[in-house]
Parts: sequence; structure tokens; C-alpha cells
Amino acid sequence: MTDSTLTSLKLRGDAFIAKRRRQLVVAALVFAAVACLPLGIRDVYLQNVLILTLLYAAVSQSWNVLGGYCGQISLGHALYFGIGAYAASVLYVNYDIVPWFGMVVGGVLSAVLAVGLGFMTFRLKGHYFAIATLVIAEIGLVLVHNWDFVGGALGIQWPFGQDSIWTLQFARDKVPYFYFALGLLVVVWLVTYFIENSRWGFWWRAVKDDPEAAESLGVEVFRSKLAAAAVSAFFTAVGGGFYAAFVSYIDPESVMSFRFSLLFALPAVLGGIGTLWGAPLGAAILIPLTEITRSYLGGSGSGLDLIIYGALIMVVALAKPEGLLSLFTRKSGGKA
Amino acid sequence: MTSDILLETRGVTQRFGGLVANSDVSISIKRGEILGLIGPNGAGKSTLFAAISGARVPTSGSILFEGVDITQMPAAERCRLGIARTFQVPRSFDSMSVAENVMIGAFVRHANSTRARAAALEVLDYVGLDGRADATAGQLTPPEKRRLEVARAIATEPKLLLLDEVLTGLTPSEARLGMDLVRKVRARGITVVMVEHVMEIVMQLVDRAIVLNLGKLLAEGSPAEIVRNEDVITAYLGDRHRAA
Repeated sequence: MTDSTLTSLKLRGDAFIAKRRRQLVVAALVFAAVACLPLGIRDVYLQNVLILTLLYAAVSQSWNVLGGYCGQISLGHALYFGIGAYAASVLYVNYDIVPWFGMVVGGVLSAVLAVGLGFMTFRLKGHYFAIATLVIAEIGLVLVHNWDFVGGALGIQWPFGQDSIWTLQFARDKVPYFYFALGLLVVVWLVTYFIENSRWGFWWRAVKDDPEAAESLGVEVFRSKLAAAAVSAFFTAVGGGFYAAFVSYIDPESVMSFRFSLLFALPAVLGGIGTLWGAPLGAAILIPLTEITRSYLGGSGSGLDLIIYGALIMVVALAKPEGLLSLFTRKSGGKA
Repeated sequence: MTSDILLETRGVTQRFGGLVANSDVSISIKRGEILGLIGPNGAGKSTLFAAISGARVPTSGSILFEGVDITQMPAAERCRLGIARTFQVPRSFDSMSVAENVMIGAFVRHANSTRARAAALEVLDYVGLDGRADATAGQLTPPEKRRLEVARAIATEPKLLLLDEVLTGLTPSEARLGMDLVRKVRARGITVVMVEHVMEIVMQLVDRAIVLNLGKLLAEGSPAEIVRNEDVITAYLGDRHRAA
């Protein structure tokens, strides 16, 4: 190799590092701007919407690790969300263990379960995998319904107590929840950011694009899927644990119904799967829309919000199959 | 076995129901050579290729790589041992850039992505795709895609590279560029096995050829010997070659 090619290789490497650094700066600015929102928004209802938006952004980004980067479309993430919610609730209500710890327990349980289920389901391809995840989550829902230890169909009510950062109970002021949700999103975003440029991240994308070619290049296809499932399930469950603390009352339908699985997948699909900003962007559009339709058109029982999602997804699928984020990144030709 | 044998197959047989695609095929691949694996359609070339690359475990027989039995070994593990392949229909990772495609191969030897990227760029420079490093793999022309397949495989730093019809379907000038690339690959110290259907091109390139017909080993030898072999002419070349 000549000196000039060496120099050009080095320049390419430097350009890449500069691009990665730029992404971090943009993220810092975006998250800082979002962190300022509660200063201007004092309305509790709007704060509520913001908190849910951040939570769904974080969980959808977790879904995106498995569905977007690794290409394994799960329609059963409500299972992990529910496990997180139930682990935090049972440990707190029955054993007085702080939800911070309960969330992590739920996360670890979910990750282990995801690996176990992955051993069976990752032999399935495409739609069959998605159907299997959906069915397994429904089985989980039925089990929890009939499991008295976790409250059965009645669910679990968190006791009212002092506002405390330890118990994550804030009856008077929603703002701490806002910062927790934002913190969770930042953590998940950073995890995605670092994994994206690691060997695992590359392996996942190779598995998504062409598993057989990936295998021939030394990629451990099966192990890659298991790793993606574990990371994805862990953070989904942490989100579920937080949600339980936030709403203070859970029952099977309110944390594990199919609706949630859909709501975790849709923001990523709408914004752009396998990207750093697709899920947050999708959540920022979808979740406020959901809340607005709910308050103006009545509860979620009508299913009207689901019709709106369906319509949105169809529009995106037809007009911008790569997701809305591609509107912003088209020029650079790269991924965001 | 002496160490100049890189890979050998011993009595490899592959049955699909009643059809015998490979019947008791025993061949040796020598270190550093360019070997052509040829034969008419349905001769069992692709089946043997699949057995060597790890895409399919043969019904019986064994495959030894540097003396190690790899018959049951999954493709990913073979890749780490030093066996790489390309696909007949190029299978690039179309959501990734050309450089990232090659990085996937480089990750076998480099866990760190900065190193993998540097290795990938070096390989792209070597195969003459450096100008396309930042393009999306889906944007490449068909010959460029073939080149990318070779680059990706080289990035795994193989001892043995299996090429599945890389020269088929190219225009004569593209094929010539392809042949230059194969020679460059060998110059890196990589043993090359080419499965090809088009005999005219392969014979200019290979040191040795193995001819399969109806699932069985028909002949092996230098290109000059092969083109004069009566069995080969009857089975495969036929009148077309005599006229040429």
C-alpha cells in the first residue's frame, strides 16, 4: 500500500469518528432541550402526555434493538413490559423492596425469559416469528390473569405514601417522573448508540439483511438474535417497572394487553426501524395523538386510536417505507 | 496427509430422496492453487460446494480441512478456521454501505470496530472498490456486487476461498477484470476453488481442474489434460468445444 492510500484510509476513519461525535452532540442538544420542557409546561395533563411520550420512546427504542437492528419483528413485547411492571409492583407492595431494584429484577427476568423463548422461536422466520411472539404474550396475559399471587384479574394497587425518590411515588408533582422517563430514554439511546458501532450491532444488521450470508462470514446468527432479544427485553421491562410506579395501579390488561405490543412497535416503524432517532420521533408523533384522540373521542375501548395508527402506518408504508426519519437523512445517504 | 493438502473430501455422498447428487466424491485441494470445479448442469458441483462451505451436511463421507474433520461444523465456525465463500447470486447486506459490508467479514478477525473498518478499507482498496466505500451496497452494479462479495470474503482472512460462479454472466471485459481479481486473491496467499459452468474462461485461469459428471468424479488434471480427456469431451464439452 502506498502512503497516499494510507492517508486516505486514515482520513476516512477520521471522518467516521467525526460523524459519530456529531451524533452525540446532537443528542446532547436534543435531550437538553427536552429537559427544559417542564419549565414551560405546568399543566399536569400535558406533563402526563410528555411522560408517556418519553416512556414509549424509550421502550420502542428497546423494541427497535431486536426488531429494527436485528430484524426480528416481535409483537409480544407487552410480555416483558408486564413482567417489569409486575416484578416492581410485587416486590414493592409485598416485600417493601424499592422499585429501583424491582425494575432491574424485572429486567433480568425478562432478559432470561427472552433468551429461553428465543431458543424456541428464533428457529422461526419472518411472519412465523412475529405470530409466535404474539401468541406467547397472550399466554402470559392469561397466566397472570389466573395467578392469585400477583393479584389475578384484580391487579396490584401501590399503597399511598410520602412522596419519595426511593419509592418513586410522587402524588403532587409529576415532574420527577418526567426526568426519570427522560433518563431512561437517554440510557437506552446511549446503549443503542454504542451497540450500533460495535461488533454486535454490525452482526445484528447483517442477520437482518441476510442471515445465510452473515453465517458464511462468521456471524453467530443464533447467538446474535439471543443477545438482541435479551437487551431488548431488559429495557422493555425496566420501562414496565417505571410505568407501574407511575400509574400506581396495574392489572393484567393495563400492562400486558396486545395494545402495548403494538404501541412499542409502531413508533419505531413510523419513525424508521434500525435507526437511532426513529423510535423517539415516532413516539413524539404517535403518543400525543393517542392521548388527544382518547380525550376527545372517548376511551381506548372504541378502538378509534387503533384505526388512526393503522392509517398512519399505511401512509408511511406507501410513501416512506424507511420511516419518517428518512425525510431528514436522505441527503447524507447514511443512517441517522 | 502431507501439509500441502489444504482440504480433502473423502467419499462424500449426498442423496436427496432417490436422487444421488454426489456419489463417493474424494478430492484434494492443494495449498496455494487455483482449482476449477467444473461439470455440466446437474453434475453435482453446487452440492459439493455446499458440503465444503458448510451450507449442508452430506449424507455420508467426511471433509477434512488441514487435517481437522469439519463435516458437521457450522459455516460460521468454518469461516473462523479459514474457509470463506461467495454466493452465486450476490447476497450483499443492502441496508449497509459497501465498507460496512466488508466490515462484517473483518469482524471475524478484529473485535474492535475501528480496526475492522481499517481492515475493510484496506481490502476495498485491494479489490479496487475503494471509490465506492461509502455507497449503499444496493446501489452497486452487478459486477461491483460480485467484487464486493469477494472483498467481504477476503476480509475474513481465509486460507481457502470458494467462489461460486463469480465469472458467469459477465461480459468478456468484465470477466477479464474478474480473472485479474482472482489472480490477485491468490497472490495474497489464498487458495481458490472456483465452481464454474463456463469452461472457456476457467481454463485460462486455473492450475488444475476437477470435472464432475452425474454426481461422480470424472477427471482431474491440468487444463491442458482436461480439454484433451476423451471422457470429459463426451460428457461435457461435446461438439461445441471441437468446433471452437
